[in-house]
Amino acid sequence: MVYENSSKQSHLIVMILVVLYFFCASSVSAAQTYKIGGIFSVTGPASFLGDPEKKSMEMAVETINKNGGIDGRLLEAVIYDTEGDPTKAVMAVSKLINKDKVIAIIGPSLTPTSLAIIPFAEKEGIPLISCAAGIKITQPVKPWVFKTAQSDVLAVAAVYQSMKNQNIRKIGILSVSNAFGESGKQQLQDQADQFGIKIVRAETFGAKDTDMTPQLAKIRKEEPDAIICWGTNPGPAVVTKNIQQLNIKVPLYQSHGVASPKFIELAGSAAEGIYLPTGKILVADLLPSMDPQKEVLMHYTKAFETKYQMTVSGFGGYAYDAIHILAKALEGSNGEREKIRTALEQMQNHVGVSGIFNFSKEDHNGLGPDAFVMVRIKNGTWELLK
Amino acid sequence: MQEALQYVFSGITNGAIYAAIAVGFSLLYNSTELINFAHGEFVMLGALILVTLWNIFKLPLPLAFFITVFTVSGMGLLFERLAIRTVSKPHPIVLVIITVGASIFFRGIGMLLWGKDSYSVPSFSDHAPITIFGASLLPQSLWILVIVGISVCALHFFFKKTLTGKAMQACAINKRAARLSGIHSEKMVLLAFFLSTGMGAVAGIIIAPITMCSYNMGTMLGLKGFCAAMLGGLGSLWGSLIGGFLLGIVEALGVGFFSSSLKDAIAFLLLLLILYMRPGGIMRVKEVKRF
Repeated sequence: MVYENSSKQSHLIVMILVVLYFFCASSVSAAQTYKIGGIFSVTGPASFLGDPEKKSMEMAVETINKNGGIDGRLLEAVIYDTEGDPTKAVMAVSKLINKDKVIAIIGPSLTPTSLAIIPFAEKEGIPLISCAAGIKITQPVKPWVFKTAQSDVLAVAAVYQSMKNQNIRKIGILSVSNAFGESGKQQLQDQADQFGIKIVRAETFGAKDTDMTPQLAKIRKEEPDAIICWGTNPGPAVVTKNIQQLNIKVPLYQSHGVASPKFIELAGSAAEGIYLPTGKILVADLLPSMDPQKEVLMHYTKAFETKYQMTVSGFGGYAYDAIHILAKALEGSNGEREKIRTALEQMQNHVGVSGIFNFSKEDHNGLGPDAFVMVRIKNGTWELLK
Repeated sequence: MQEALQYVFSGITNGAIYAAIAVGFSLLYNSTELINFAHGEFVMLGALILVTLWNIFKLPLPLAFFITVFTVSGMGLLFERLAIRTVSKPHPIVLVIITVGASIFFRGIGMLLWGKDSYSVPSFSDHAPITIFGASLLPQSLWILVIVGISVCALHFFFKKTLTGKAMQACAINKRAARLSGIHSEKMVLLAFFLSTGMGAVAGIIIAPITMCSYNMGTMLGLKGFCAAMLGGLGSLWGSLIGGFLLGIVEALGVGFFSSSLKDAIAFLLLLLILYMRPGGIMRVKEVKRF
């Protein structure tokens, strides 16, 4: 009798447990979140990219969740730091796929880290939206890989168009000898014919060189109509100072790589009159109110600067755009990867921070030359060129 | 002609900087037979401390100059006391590895204190570039030449005419004999570190206005300075000067007449050639000792 009683009790306990289990399981699935992976170079030499990207992603996820999430499901961001190292990026992507089981990945911040993880995203069939600029990420088109950063192809096109308008025919190029400079130089050479521009001399400089006057003297000898310098700080600032020192009077064009107030600070008065292409975020307040991106830009800038108390940059915008594009693609997909991918590929007229995105089967970057505007440095600040 | 002169001017400016750094290497080697691979980092510290004192604390330039030199020399002293003298078996290779480690340490400190951004400072004097036969020369280049010239002359006078300088050289030639004749050799090593890192700071200060200063500027400058010291003959003051100018001018001419992508290759090729023909460098006939 005693025995029977205890057996009944244990049955009861098991039943309660089973009921509890189902209850919990169903409540979990009701509140199940969409897990999104983020891979950025938050620390290390490229932290100026990864840090604002991580912050922008967190901010965007927070806003979307506050507005009720997507189809009633909340977003959850899982972010790993690559320190700019492709090996760590690969480790992060396997963790995201196997352990965290994310449905899509945003990042990495750099072209080498992006290229390193593309094979994994392709093999697993996970939508990847990279925040890096390199053209190789989306050309040739890979089914699962998209990107939101403007390619240097577009920057070169913007510079050449502006030169054509000013009737510049002969140019000298001075590029930094690293991946950024080499890729820019390649694009400058490839697109020159298209705009009727002749490159009379192409020189390079080391990223840490202290003096570029010999290269500039050599370019000056060819009497170009303008000089283009393609690099990231601090090299272009030295070039700018050297040009002033050599008293070279032709217009100087810089790349979008130096489109930040830091460049004006480094080059000082020598920066006056320089032309350069930049994403619209740098000059958001100068844009005419009819510009379709103006509202998004002002909103993002204000939200970012009030939340983090730091100056906004275009880099965070890459992650911000990526999250919002992904959020749109997630609507009605029920988390099925193939549906997300198709929705991404068919996305039209998404107005983002970096430009207006029109994705297609042939174009997984989706931006046109209007993603860049040409600016001129005047009185220590930017002036929008018409 | 105009271009060639421009290349030479550029070479002389860079050469003077390399020479100033090479002198620091030579000074230390002369008295301790040690090559300090953290020397480039002392150059970086000199440049960044000047940026802070001059740009941010708005001190007058001469005052900022001397405070910077003495701060960096003080760090050199600490470095010797804490990292070099405490080694129980001071085998040269161990000490060299310690200096390599120290360079990484100083770069880390620089990154923590000043961040990863670059800084720039204005020229020492506010004159327009001087034009000679169509080639332009920055007033800052003249400042560099004058300051390097004065420093080297002062060092030369110190070694040849003062008792302390002679004692330092005696220590370098034969430590035991110097000690037997009553010279405090440890003090002399300390003094050598003080002078060498101070010279590094001077190089950093004069270079600051013509280039951008950042925490990682020291490595390449240190390497170039070391190259210049080897070229001229390690341990020789005048050799370092010649080596520095030669390296700077050859680099600039290489860019001008060959290709800008071969700039560093040309300079290092020259180093190999000279070391092949004169293993002790230009100013030294004696073969250098191998570790």
